[in-house]
Amino acid sequence: MNRAIADALAAAPERGVQEDVMVLNMGPSHPAMHGTVRMVLTLDGETVIKCDPEIGYLHRGFEKQCENATWSQVFPYTDRLNYCSPLLNNFGYALAVEKMLGIKATDRCNYIRTILGEMARLADHFTSLGAGALELGAMSAFLYAVEARDHIWDLVEEVTGARLTVSFARIGGLKEDLPDNFAERWEATEPRLWDVIKKLDQLSTKNRIFMDRMMNTGVIGADEAVSLGFTGPVLRSTGVAYDIRKDSPYFAYDRVDFEVPVGTNGDNFDRYLVRLEEMKQSISIIRQCLKGLPGGPLNVDDPHIMLPPKELVYNSIEGMINHFKLIFEGIQVPAGEVYSYTEAANGELGFYIVSNGTGKPYKLRVRPPCFYFMGGIDRMIEGGMLSDIIPTFDTINMIGGEVDR
Amino acid sequence: MFSPIDFAILLLKIGVITLGFALPIGGLLTLYGDRKLSALIQNRVGPNRAKVFGIQSSLLSLPQFVADGIKMLFKEDAMPDNADRFWHFIAPALALLPAITLWAVIPFGDLYCTGTVQVKDYMDVCVGGEQKNYFSIANLDAGLLYVFAISSISVYGAALAGWSTNSKFALIGGLRSTAQMISYEVTMGLSLAGTMLIYGTLNLNEMAQQQGALLGGWLPAWGIVYQPVAFFLFFIAMMAETKRAPFDVPEGESEIVAGYFTEFSALKFGAIQLSEYVGTIFVGALVATIFFGGWQVPFLYGDGFHFGSGGVDIAVPYEGVVALRLVAFIAKTLFFVLLQFMLRWTLPRFRYDQIMNLGWKILLPISIANLVITAIIVLAF
Repeated sequence: MNRAIADALAAAPERGVQEDVMVLNMGPSHPAMHGTVRMVLTLDGETVIKCDPEIGYLHRGFEKQCENATWSQVFPYTDRLNYCSPLLNNFGYALAVEKMLGIKATDRCNYIRTILGEMARLADHFTSLGAGALELGAMSAFLYAVEARDHIWDLVEEVTGARLTVSFARIGGLKEDLPDNFAERWEATEPRLWDVIKKLDQLSTKNRIFMDRMMNTGVIGADEAVSLGFTGPVLRSTGVAYDIRKDSPYFAYDRVDFEVPVGTNGDNFDRYLVRLEEMKQSISIIRQCLKGLPGGPLNVDDPHIMLPPKELVYNSIEGMINHFKLIFEGIQVPAGEVYSYTEAANGELGFYIVSNGTGKPYKLRVRPPCFYFMGGIDRMIEGGMLSDIIPTFDTINMIGGEVDR
Repeated sequence: MFSPIDFAILLLKIGVITLGFALPIGGLLTLYGDRKLSALIQNRVGPNRAKVFGIQSSLLSLPQFVADGIKMLFKEDAMPDNADRFWHFIAPALALLPAITLWAVIPFGDLYCTGTVQVKDYMDVCVGGEQKNYFSIANLDAGLLYVFAISSISVYGAALAGWSTNSKFALIGGLRSTAQMISYEVTMGLSLAGTMLIYGTLNLNEMAQQQGALLGGWLPAWGIVYQPVAFFLFFIAMMAETKRAPFDVPEGESEIVAGYFTEFSALKFGAIQLSEYVGTIFVGALVATIFFGGWQVPFLYGDGFHFGSGGVDIAVPYEGVVALRLVAFIAKTLFFVLLQFMLRWTLPRFRYDQIMNLGWKILLPISIANLVITAIIVLAF
């Protein structure tokens, strides 16, 4: 619908001098552009006739860098892909390499990955919803959401030792097990998260101004969204119930019970509601996983993949050599190629990797969910008003680190 | 007729009301209220780093407030190359000046009676003396018209600020603010037309005097009792006039950077910012005057409290009454200022076309209906 208005406006017969359109350069230094995108807008008054997004301001050569790092050294780079949920990127990459190696992580590892992954998803959604409210002018809602995210990051810090650059996953396992009191800590955190979710709900969902700003803005249809390669909450808001956690389960997602919320209109409000509902599902997943957390070993028992324990490294020649080979030459991944995909907070996060049988990736290509949103964002923006860019850009939750890599 | 003493008193009043009340409270709210009080709402600490004289306590962040003001004074005054230098220079003054001038007609207290005060039918009557206008700069008979006139002028500040800087963001902001302020002026005027009919005067002090009456012997006859709808209309329209959230589209920082004052810095920026805050306080003062009894304290009259027994229940000396009324007025004003701040921190902002819809399609019809109904009732009784 938006598109039709835009086309009609663009095709308007000879505009007089007084009716000239205005070209407005929004970004890359602009409060709404998240610091990394530039949009060249053609405006007719307040209506956006044409939107020309330009990405690449945060390009740091992630894919090329990875070719010069061993398989394990890639983890810190993945932290910086979607910096709102670094754990999910970690796990997505680990899963890809494991697929290549043909190994399966242990049950316990899968459960813990699920728990931490859902925590990262919660943090990501809190950030997205909060920032959305902030940019619409409701600053308090943002600070409440950020406070909730901080509670999650406190937990993440307790587990991984870092808040943002966690690098917690390992090929074939994790850096270490959950701390002993993790379940108790979660018990204490969960009610606070519910509090904030409830507060966000009260502040926004039934707020007339918020509804007016979000409803019927940034609309995209299901067919168009599918053909543009949209995934995640943005696709689900159009009514397509595509969730990799359900459709192609990995980790422990086939053993937990959760629902995939879908919207109907594909507008900003639906995307907001989908995220809000997903947060509730995430909390439920974490609770189920903690209840059913199996015992047993954390990491795969394979000296070709896992580093030996430190006692062996310091006290035996075999351990020493094993450690040396794994660190300097890297895990030897058999030649071949694989595409592995997981459901990150924003949608399908895919890793396409090619190995030539050495300790370093021959080629590593990331399919970031946000990149595809940026390809279709002009359709959501054109025909709308200048102010509609703000909620639209927020609800697709574009993350520069992921788009530009 | 206009003696030097009168002139001195006039100057003193201007000084105290603008420089002693409006601007300092405006500044305080700009820097202190917006940071410390919002921090209270948002579970934050707020700024507390500025220290003076090596005192370790942050002293309720008051040094921060001073430091911010000093910073604004000493920042570089940057002007875009292609800006219209004259209007760029004038625009902040045009924004601040009306905001301060408006205060001329606000009565902070009743006319001071030099004789004895008698209370008759819930009205103070001055016997054996003259009434001196000590608590407002000008006791204009056309007070309300003056308010409308001056607040119309304040459009120019924002519009010129937007035009003169030669920035597209500022231009959009200037256009938005012009459209918004002109639209809401209509509602603002019409919503008060009903109260004019009821009070039968445009003099703000007389309006406040009339609100001292008691309905049924117990309910203060404040404007909101007679005109509840007009109160909401007027409050909303005035908030839109001052361009504060949720009507802050002219400066919607996430869309058009800072709107019409994107390219203003240093004290020019400060002046524009201050004009908005002074405007916010003025809204509080005007709403208090017209709808909440102005300087009236319920049941308090020139000689003390009357609780409907027909006589004085608690005697209060006249000076005490004046002081209580002054405090009451300032308290009412600050209440409405805080109310606006709470709204600002809670609500998201409208979209430009939604503001226009609200103004022309919802508020305007309601205010016309309110006016017609009020007129019929006034005519009938």
